[in-house]
Amino acid sequence: REDRGRSPQRDFHILFVPRRSLLCEQWLKEQGVLGSFIHREQYSLDLIPFDGDLLSMESESAFKECYLESDQTSLYHAAKGLMTLQALYGTIPQIFGKGDCARHVANMMIRMKREFPGSQNSIFPVFDTLLLLDRNVDLLTPLATQLTYEGLIDEIYGIQNTYVKLPPEKFAPKKQGEGGKDLPTEPKKLQLNSAEELYAEIRDKNFNAVGSVLSKKAKIISAAFEERHHAKTVGEIKQFVSQLPHMQAARSSLANHTSIAELIKDITTSEDFFDNLTVEQEFMSGIDTDKVNNYIEDCIAQKHPLIKILRLVCLQSVCNSGLKQKVLDHYKREILQTYGYEHILTLNNLEKAGLLKPQTGGRNNYPTIRKTLRLWMDDVNEQNPNDISYVYSGYAPLSVRLAQLLARPGWRSIEEVLKMLPGPHFEERQQLPTGLQKKRQHGENRVTLVFFLGGVTYAEIAALRFLSQMEDGGTEYIIATTKLINGTTWIKSLMEKLEPAPF
Amino acid sequence: MDCYTANWNPLGEETFYRKLELYSMEWGLREDLRDCVVAAAPYGGPIALLRNSRRDKTPSARPLLEIYSASGLLLASVPWKSGHLVHLGWTAGEDLLCIQEDGTVLVYNLFCEFKRHFSMGNEVLQNHVLEAQVFHTEFGTGVAILTGALRFSLATNIDDLKLRRLPEVPGLQKAPPCWTVLAQDRVTMVLLAMGQELFLLDNTSCSVLVRRPPGLSPSAGPFLHVAVSFTHRLLALFCDSGSVWMGTASLKEKFCEFNTGIRSPPKQMVWCTRPRSRQRAVVLAWERQLMVVGNSSECIRFVLDEDSYLVPELDGVRILSRSTHEFLHEIPEASQEIFRIASMAPGALLLEAQKEYEKESQKADEYLREIREQQLLPEAVGQCIEAAGYEHEPETQKSLLRAASFGKCFLDKFPPEGFVRMCQDLRVLNAIRDYQIGIPLTFTQYKQLTIEVLLDRLVLRRLYPLAIRICEFLRLPEMQGVSRILAHWACYKVQQKDKSDEEVAQAINQKLGDTAGISYSDIATRAYDCGRAELAIKLLEYEPRSGEQVPLLLKMKRSKLALGKAIESGDTDLVYTVVLHLKNELNRGSFFMTLQNQPVALSLYRQFCRHQERETLKDLYNQDDNHQELGNLHVLGGYCQKRIEGRVAALQNALDEFYKAKNDFAAKATEEQIKLLRLQRHLQEELDKPYLDLSLHDTVATLILDGHHKRAEQLYRDFRIPDKRYWWLKINALATRGDWEEMEKFSKSKKSPIGYLPFVEVAVKHHNRYEAKKYAPRVPPEQRVKAFVLVGDLEQAAEAAMERKNEAEMSLVLSRCSPGTDGALAERLNRARAQLLKK
Repeated sequence: REDRGRSPQRDFHILFVPRRSLLCEQWLKEQGVLGSFIHREQYSLDLIPFDGDLLSMESESAFKECYLESDQTSLYHAAKGLMTLQALYGTIPQIFGKGDCARHVANMMIRMKREFPGSQNSIFPVFDTLLLLDRNVDLLTPLATQLTYEGLIDEIYGIQNTYVKLPPEKFAPKKQGEGGKDLPTEPKKLQLNSAEELYAEIRDKNFNAVGSVLSKKAKIISAAFEERHHAKTVGEIKQFVSQLPHMQAARSSLANHTSIAELIKDITTSEDFFDNLTVEQEFMSGIDTDKVNNYIEDCIAQKHPLIKILRLVCLQSVCNSGLKQKVLDHYKREILQTYGYEHILTLNNLEKAGLLKPQTGGRNNYPTIRKTLRLWMDDVNEQNPNDISYVYSGYAPLSVRLAQLLARPGWRSIEEVLKMLPGPHFEERQQLPTGLQKKRQHGENRVTLVFFLGGVTYAEIAALRFLSQMEDGGTEYIIATTKLINGTTWIKSLMEKLEPAPF
Repeated sequence: MDCYTANWNPLGEETFYRKLELYSMEWGLREDLRDCVVAAAPYGGPIALLRNSRRDKTPSARPLLEIYSASGLLLASVPWKSGHLVHLGWTAGEDLLCIQEDGTVLVYNLFCEFKRHFSMGNEVLQNHVLEAQVFHTEFGTGVAILTGALRFSLATNIDDLKLRRLPEVPGLQKAPPCWTVLAQDRVTMVLLAMGQELFLLDNTSCSVLVRRPPGLSPSAGPFLHVAVSFTHRLLALFCDSGSVWMGTASLKEKFCEFNTGIRSPPKQMVWCTRPRSRQRAVVLAWERQLMVVGNSSECIRFVLDEDSYLVPELDGVRILSRSTHEFLHEIPEASQEIFRIASMAPGALLLEAQKEYEKESQKADEYLREIREQQLLPEAVGQCIEAAGYEHEPETQKSLLRAASFGKCFLDKFPPEGFVRMCQDLRVLNAIRDYQIGIPLTFTQYKQLTIEVLLDRLVLRRLYPLAIRICEFLRLPEMQGVSRILAHWACYKVQQKDKSDEEVAQAINQKLGDTAGISYSDIATRAYDCGRAELAIKLLEYEPRSGEQVPLLLKMKRSKLALGKAIESGDTDLVYTVVLHLKNELNRGSFFMTLQNQPVALSLYRQFCRHQERETLKDLYNQDDNHQELGNLHVLGGYCQKRIEGRVAALQNALDEFYKAKNDFAAKATEEQIKLLRLQRHLQEELDKPYLDLSLHDTVATLILDGHHKRAEQLYRDFRIPDKRYWWLKINALATRGDWEEMEKFSKSKKSPIGYLPFVEVAVKHHNRYEAKKYAPRVPPEQRVKAFVLVGDLEQAAEAAMERKNEAEMSLVLSRCSPGTDGALAERLNRARAQLLKK
C-alpha cells in the first residue's frame, strides 16, 4: 500500500496493492482521512516476475499468517494470482498438491473457476501441471545452509528483490598508483538475474564448482582480448570492435563475480562455517539427533547470533521428528537464560509452526522419510552433479524430491511417506475444451508450475532448474512462491519482536 | 413499376412525400380521438389513451387509462382513480407520465403498473396546471408546466428532479395561444407567443428576451401555433393570417414562408423532415385536412376522413386515427433515384437488369453493360442495398436486395458486410413491425435507436422470446444479449405471485442454468424487493459468486448465512465485511458464540484484534480457556509497561496462566524471569549501573566484568546455570576484562568442564599469546596440535602431530610453516608424513 503525494496543497490518491481492503479503508475512515483521497484504486499485484522462470508474491508474512495465525489472506491472493496466470497462459489441466494450504488454494481455484463459467478460456495451455506445496511439508530445507553460489550470496548478504548489497572494499577500482587511496564507503549494489550470462551459468552451481568456471572464463576472455593482435585487415578489426561491448560487459561481470566469490570464500573457509555445516550435515544424515549437541551448547555459551542457534535447534528437531522433552527444555532454557526471557514468545511461535516440538509417540519418522526419498546422498558430486543433493552438498531438498518423484514415477510409489508428512495430498483435474487438449510430440517437455506456499529458497530453485536441465528429465519447471526466503529471513519472520519499554 | 410511385406527392422540384399505411388499427375505438387525452411515444412507441376525461366530469364515471401498441393491440388498461389529468406523455425509457391538475406527476410502466410519483412543486400545487408538455433533450425527459398564475415551471430531467421556475412574462394576461420548449446549446428555454411578440424565457439567466422571426412579412398577424422539430433545430410558426414561417430554432435564419390560406389555427402542426434532407417541411392538421408545406409555392393536401393525431418522428410523421395508422415521410434519395419514373440512375438500371434477367431476357445484359460502362456498378449495388432499408414491404425489400446481390456477382472484392448487415437489419425490422409486436420503426430510426435500446424495449414489452431470438440471430455476445434478456425475464418471473417460491426458483434455474454473465444475485435482489425473501435465498443458492451473495444476505439480515458464504469464497476481506457487520448487529455474547462455530472467521477476527483491539483478544481467549495464549498476551502486555512493577505484575499473570495451561516449562521460566527482574533492580540500585533487561547471561557477564565475582557465583548457583556455559561465560568475561590472574586461578579451581582449548582460544582472541601458551599443554592430545598452532608454537605442534601419527594434523602444521624460517621443521614433517603414507 502506498501513498502518493505528501504536501497538504496537493491532491491525495491512494492505490491499494495487492487489493483494496475493507479493514484498511475502515481504519483510514476512523482516522478521518478517507475522504481526503480523491481516488481510491487498487492494483491487483499478485505474482511478480523475478526471472524467466520465477514468480514471487513477496508477501513477507505469508508463512506466519498461514501457519501461526490461521489468516489465509495470502492464500486467497495466491489463488487469485494463479487464476490470472491461467487467464494468460491457459487452464492448467492437472493440479497436484500436498498440505492444508495447498488444498485450500486448490479449492479456491476450482471455486473461482466455477464463478466465471462463461469465460471459457480459449488459450492453449502452457502449463501441464501445477504442483502446490506447503512449506510446512518441508520445514527442513530452509533451515540448512544453502551451498549454491546464489544461495550463499543470499545466506551471507541477503538478496532483496534481486538486488544485493556487498561490502565495497573488494570492488574498488584498481588503478595504478592510487591503490587503496579512497575506498568507496557506500555498499556496492548489484542486480542479480539470468539476464547476466555469467551469473546465469554459475548461480545454481555448488559454490565449490564456481571457482573453476570463473578461472576458465577469465582465460577465455583474456584470449578474446588478445585476438586484437591477430586482427590484420580492417574487416577483422571491425569485427573485433563490434564484439567489444559484449566482451567488456563480460569482463566486468567476471570481475564482479570474482570479487563476490572471494568474499564468500573468506567465510566458507572459516572454521566456524565449517563447524556449523558439519553439525547441520550430521543432523540431516541422522547422526546424534536425539541428544543435546555440544556445538550448539558451545555456540549458546559464546552467545553466537540467536538466529543461528534457532536454525540449528529447529533443524535438529525436524531431523528427529521432534526432540525429547528433556532435550527440548534444556535448549529452551539455555536460550532464555542467554538471550533473554522475552524470547519465550518466539520459542512459542516456533513450536506452533512445528519447527520446534517435543517428540510425540516416541517415533522418529525422519529416517524412514530420509531413506525412502533418498534425502541424504553420500556420494555427492559438486562439480558435475548427477542429483539435486549437490545444492546442499549431500542433502537433497525434500520439497524438490517430491516434485521430482511426482514427475517420475508418480506419488503412488511413495504413499507411505506422504502420509507421514503433514496435510493431505491430492490430485485435481480441470477439464479442457477438446480443442485445447495437448497432443504431445515425442521428446517434448512437460511444463510444471511448482508453487511454494510459505516461501522457497534459492537452493530449491537451483535444484528445480537442475531437474529442468536434466537431459532425460522430460519436465521443465517454473517456480512460483509467496516469498523468496532463506533460513535467517524465515526464522526472523517468525520471531516476536519485543522491544521492552525503557524503565 | 408505375404503380409504385402512385402515392408519391411532389413538393417542389426535388422532393416527394408519400403516406403509407402501417397498420389498420385493431383497437376498436368508439370515441373520437378528440375526446381523449392521447400520447404516443416516439420511435414507434406505445399509445396511451385516457377516455372520457373531458366530456364526462361526473366523479362516478371513472375514466379508463389504456395503453396500446402502435398497431392498436391493448397492452393494459386501468381505471383512472387519481385526480384530474391534464396531460399525458412518454419518457425516453417508455414510461408513461400522467400530469395531474395539482402538479403531481404519476409514472406508470407500459403495462399500466404504477411505478412512482413526484410533484412539480408547491407553486404548481397552489395555482394548478393549465397546460403541460413533456419534452426530450440530451439530458433526458423533461416536463414543462404553465400554471394558473401564468408562470412556467420546468424540470429538465425527471430522473434527477430539479425544479426551475422561469421568469415572469411582462404583460401576460391570459394563457398564451402557443408555447413550446426549446433546447439549445445545453440550455432549456420556453418560447411563447403573445400577440405578435415572441418571448424567450431563459432557464438559467432568468431573462426574458423578445424576438421577432427574421423575414416575417409585416402583415403577418399574431402567432397561433408553434412547432419545434424532433431534434430541436427547426422552428415553425403559424400566424393568424394563415401563413407559416419556417426557420431555425435560434430564430436567426428563415427558410421560407408559406400561406396556407386557412386562418383558423391548425389542430396540430409538426415538422416532417428527414435527417440531412434539403427539403424541410411542416405538416399541419385541421379537422378534415392535412397539409404538407415547404419551400415551394405548391403544397400537398390530404383529406382526412377521420379525426387524426400526429406523432412527429425523426424522419417523418405518424398519423393515427380510429381505423388506421399511417406514416408520412419524404422519399429518401436512394429510393427516388431507383423508383423515379424514367430514372437512369445506376440503381434503377440494376433493378431493371435483374428483373429482365429473371425473365431470361437479353435486356438484362444491355442494362448491366450500361452501368458497367460508366463504372457505376458499385454505386448501383450500394443504392439498391440502401433503398431496401427504406421499404416497408418485404416484397420490395427482397427485389431490391436481389438486384444488389445480382449486381455483386459482377464485382470483384465488393465488401459483403453492408449487404449482410442490411439483410439482418431488415429481418429484425420486419419481425418487430409485425402487428403482433407493433413497433413500426423505420430503418433510420432503428439505426438512431441502436439494437441495444431496441432489445431493451422488447424486454420492457416482455417479449423475451423474440428478444432472445434476435440476439441469437445477430450473434450478439452472450453477456450483452441472451444472458441479459434471460436475467430480465427472471426478474419479471420472480414477481409472479401465483407461483410458489420453489416453482419459480426451479423455473428460473432451468432456463438460465449456468449461462454466462447471469447474476443470480441481481434476480434475488429483485425477489427480495418484491417481498419474497425465501425465494431470494433459494435463488442465491444458484449464485456461484460468493462475493455477490454476501451483500444481499446481509441486507436480508441473514448474517450467519452470509458468514458461511463468505468463508466458502476464501476471500478474507469478504469475511471481514460480514464479521464487522455481525459485530455491530449482535450483542457481544452472541457475536462470540457465532464466531465460535466458524473457526476461519474466529481466527480472522483474532487477527483483527491483534492489530486493533488487544483487550478483546483477551476476552476471546478467555472464552475458549486458551491459557497458553492468555499467558503470551500477558507477557506481551508486560513489555508495554512503563514501570517495572507493571511488568512484574503482568508476568505474574502470565505465570498463573501458564500453570493453568499446564505448561510447566513456561511457568518456571517466567518465575525465573520475575526473580531475575527483582534481582536486577536490586543490583541496579546497589551498584548504580543499568542491569534491568539484561539477559541472565549478560547480567552475570557484567558482574564479572565489574569484578563482582561473588555475586556472579551466587547467580550461577541460584539460576542453576550449567557448568559448561558458566565456564565459557566466565573466561570470556575475564579475558575481556584482561584479568588473566583470576582466569588462571579459575582454571585451577577445578577440572574444566569445557576442557582447556577454550582458554587458549579466548586468550588468543584477546591477543595474549603469553597467557594462551600457559594452557596449551593442558589441552588433551586430540586437540593439542590445534592449540599449539593457535599459540604459534609450530615446533610443539609438529611434535604433537608426529606423536599422534595424524596425517591431517601434520598437513595443518605444514600449511602454517613458512619456508624461510621453518624450513627444517617442514622437512621433518614431510618426512614423517611420507613415512606414514608408505605404511
